[in-house]
This record gives sequence, C-alpha cells and structure tokens, in this order.
Amino acid sequence: MNSKPARKHRFAMYWASACGGCDIAVLNLHEAILDFAERFEIVFWPAVMDAKYADVEAMADGSIDVTLFSGGIRTQENAHLARLLRAKSAILVAFGSCANEGCIPGLANLATTDELLTAAFEGPSTDNPDHLRPSPAFRAPEGELELPALRPLLATLDQVVEVDYRVPGCPPESERIAEVIGLVGAALDGTATLPPRGSILGAGWSTVCDECRRDRNSKRIASFTRLPLLVSVDADVCLLEQGLPCNGPATRDGCGAKCPLAGAPCIGCYGPADGVADFGARLLSAFASVVDANEPEQIDAILDGLPDPVGQFYRFSLAGSLLRGAREAHR
Amino acid sequence: MNDLAAQSTYEPVILAFTCNWCSYRAADLAGTARIKYPPNVRLVRLMCSGRLDPMFVLKAFASGADAVIMTGCWPADCHYRVQNVKALRRFQLLRRVLERLGIEPARFQRVYASAAEGQQLAEAFTRIVDEVRPLGALNWGRAGALESGPKPAPEPENQAQQQVPA
Repeated sequence: MNSKPARKHRFAMYWASACGGCDIAVLNLHEAILDFAERFEIVFWPAVMDAKYADVEAMADGSIDVTLFSGGIRTQENAHLARLLRAKSAILVAFGSCANEGCIPGLANLATTDELLTAAFEGPSTDNPDHLRPSPAFRAPEGELELPALRPLLATLDQVVEVDYRVPGCPPESERIAEVIGLVGAALDGTATLPPRGSILGAGWSTVCDECRRDRNSKRIASFTRLPLLVSVDADVCLLEQGLPCNGPATRDGCGAKCPLAGAPCIGCYGPADGVADFGARLLSAFASVVDANEPEQIDAILDGLPDPVGQFYRFSLAGSLLRGAREAHR
Repeated sequence: MNDLAAQSTYEPVILAFTCNWCSYRAADLAGTARIKYPPNVRLVRLMCSGRLDPMFVLKAFASGADAVIMTGCWPADCHYRVQNVKALRRFQLLRRVLERLGIEPARFQRVYASAAEGQQLAEAFTRIVDEVRPLGALNWGRAGALESGPKPAPEPENQAQQQVPA
C-alpha cells in the first residue's frame, strides 16, 4: 500500500449546505481513486468515514494540506466549519456550485426564513397540527440539546472566509476532478506549480457555447419554448436559436457541453464564465439582444415565454450574484 | 432607517445613465439653459444606452442606489443604428428580474431625450425623484450585498432567526 516513502498529503472534504453529489463525483474517480489513496491521507471526510468535529479542532492550524469544501453556508454550523477548516487548511478549495455560487439551495434567498420554515414544516403534505418548528435549543431529560440556527441568507463560501481556489460545477465532472487532484498532489510534491491564488481549477476560460458544436446562424428569437413543448429538436442547430432558453452564453466551459450536445439546454451549473461579475446580468443581456421585436408590447409578448426569469437566470448563482437574493430575504 | 427623523430628511440617490449623443447633451442643454432638476440624480455618461450592461444596474442597487434611470435616444435615432432598441429589450427583461427580487418598477425607469430636449429631461428627472422618494431607501448595500470578494465579511452572529412556536 505505502509504496511511496514520502509523507502522504493530508486531505479533507466537507459538505455544508449541499446534496452530497460533489462527494459522489470525487468517489467517481474510478481507478484514479487508487492514485488518490496512494498520495493522500484522508483526515476528515464525513461522507466516507466517521469523524468528529473535535478531531478537526484538535489539529494544528494549516496542518491539512488541502480541503475540498462543498456546499453553501446556510446554518451557523456551516459557518463554524467554514472558519474551522479555513484555519486548519493550507489550501481551501471552494468545490462545486454550492460553495461557489450557492447553487439550487441558494434559491432559498428568494424567501424569508419564516417562509422557508412554513413551506418545510407546514406545507400541504405535512401533518403538523401543533405547528412545531425546529428550535435552536431544546431541553430534554438528558440535558440541553442544540440545533444550529439558520442564517437569514445562504452565503457562498467566499462570502464567509477566504478561498484559495475554486472548482465549479454541479457537480464538477469527475475527469476534471482527477486533473485538479493530480495538479494539487503534484504541487504538494513540488513537481508542479499551482496557478495564482483565487484561480479557477478544473474548468476553462470561455463559455459552454465555445465547447458546443451546434451551428449558430441568425440570432433572432420570435418566441421562447420549453423542451417538452418542442415537437423535435434540430440535432445541429443552436438550441437558443430554436427558442430553447439555453444558458450556454454565460456559463463557464469545462463540462464538455454535455447537455446541449445531448439536446437539452445548458442550465448553467458551471457558473459564470470568466470576467462575468453577475451570471444573470450576462445571460439576460444575451437573451434580450436576440429577441426579435422592436416595440415594447411585442418585446413583452416574447418575454412572457420566460415565465420564471429569476429561476432561469440565477438557477445556480443567486447567492453569489450582486444582489444575492430577493429584498425580503435581506431584511 | 425606519425612524421618523431619518425618513423626513431622506433623499433618494438616483443614478442616471446617459447617452453621449442625445440625453447627455440634453442634460448639458438643461445646464446651459439654467433649467433646474433635483440634485438627487447623478449622471454617468456612456457612449450609448446599448452600452448599459444590466450588471451596471445591479451593481448600482447593490452599492446603495435607490433608483436607476436609463436614458437614451428615441427609437430610430440611435447613433449606432439599433443599439437603443437592444437596450430597450434588456430594460424590459431586467425589470422583470428586478421585480421578482423586490425592486419596484419605479426604481428602474427609462427616459428618451434628444439633444434638444433639455426641458423634457429635467421634467422627467423631477417626476422620477418624486416617485422614488415615497418608496424610501432601498438600503441594499447595507444589507450586505457587497460582502462578497476577497475580504472575509464581518459576520453578524444573528441567532434570532428561528422562532419557537408561541
């Protein structure tokens, strides 16, 4: 097993407000997981092995060589772990869409905490006659129990602590993860150098459109439609030109344009392309420019084909956007 | 921000993006003709309303602006042929997004003004300031919209979000 005499690099991975898909994407390395196990010693990774926060707290500052942090910061526990792992890690990587832009859980920033709790605990499918809500503190016969409190807004990792590198994607593609882990491992061995701090790893510098082989001709959209409503999707023509709201124009490349090449519009999971400060602003700009109408009423009629503009333009990036959420959630 | 003293002295901060060829000159004309409009409106000159990236508008709100005005040439008068029409389409789509995010339509308006329409531009600015003032401060910047970035944000340890049922 220990064929390498050198000290293994200490590796941690954590899930904050995440679905666990990023952890699965790392395990999806297949054979490359053997190289990974050879190079790295897992010191903390709740998805795959038992660990206690106290073990992490006992570690020396900076003693974890690299931490992949997936998930947004939804609860005080998430924030605590973000600060803890920041202190203990030499390299902290915001891993996956949640840690970078908030992802789907970030859409909760459209509602107040109270609305969220009502939806979760008193929704139509929930039987809760006593109107119980989770409470941060509870006195049980055995003693005081605590639940981490929700924060008013879901935050991205870099809104809470400093981040060294970012790996986008929901989840990041496993072959790109293998590249990133290979590069970080080599850098820790001293045989490679990492790009400047703050850089994106495991993705490109352009847009999904750049990776997509569909033909782009005339950019005029007379009406927006949805995939189920389309009789057939032209196999060779740009999906946006066919009226499908495709998020490729604003989304960072790196995934291989898998969705549009399979006939499904890009949903934007790789986050904003290089130099894009606000994903939604860039995308709505791209969509609006090709709307085939010049009069306000006609423009509105075409825009009605986008019934949920915030969901379309900020599906993965609301928490990381300039406004971060709806006004009521900020209060 | 809700106390009465602050309300009574509240003046909205309004950013107006102007086109180099028409509305900026209209504002200039208003100046040389000594036509007054409220000082709440701060001008930013662009080469064309088509240059108004929706990101500028979002950044203005996130940085504390209470309203944003997009001004430009009348349709068919654009120095760059059709860019003001593209700006119109973006305006209408962005307004839908802003509305869903809780920013009232009155806080994001558009005004057409040719280089000769200094009077009309000043009147439009006056009207918009009067419409925005009763809406009160947006205060988005204070809500922490700009805490992202390289510096770690000051973390308010607000525990009072979850309530035990009464």
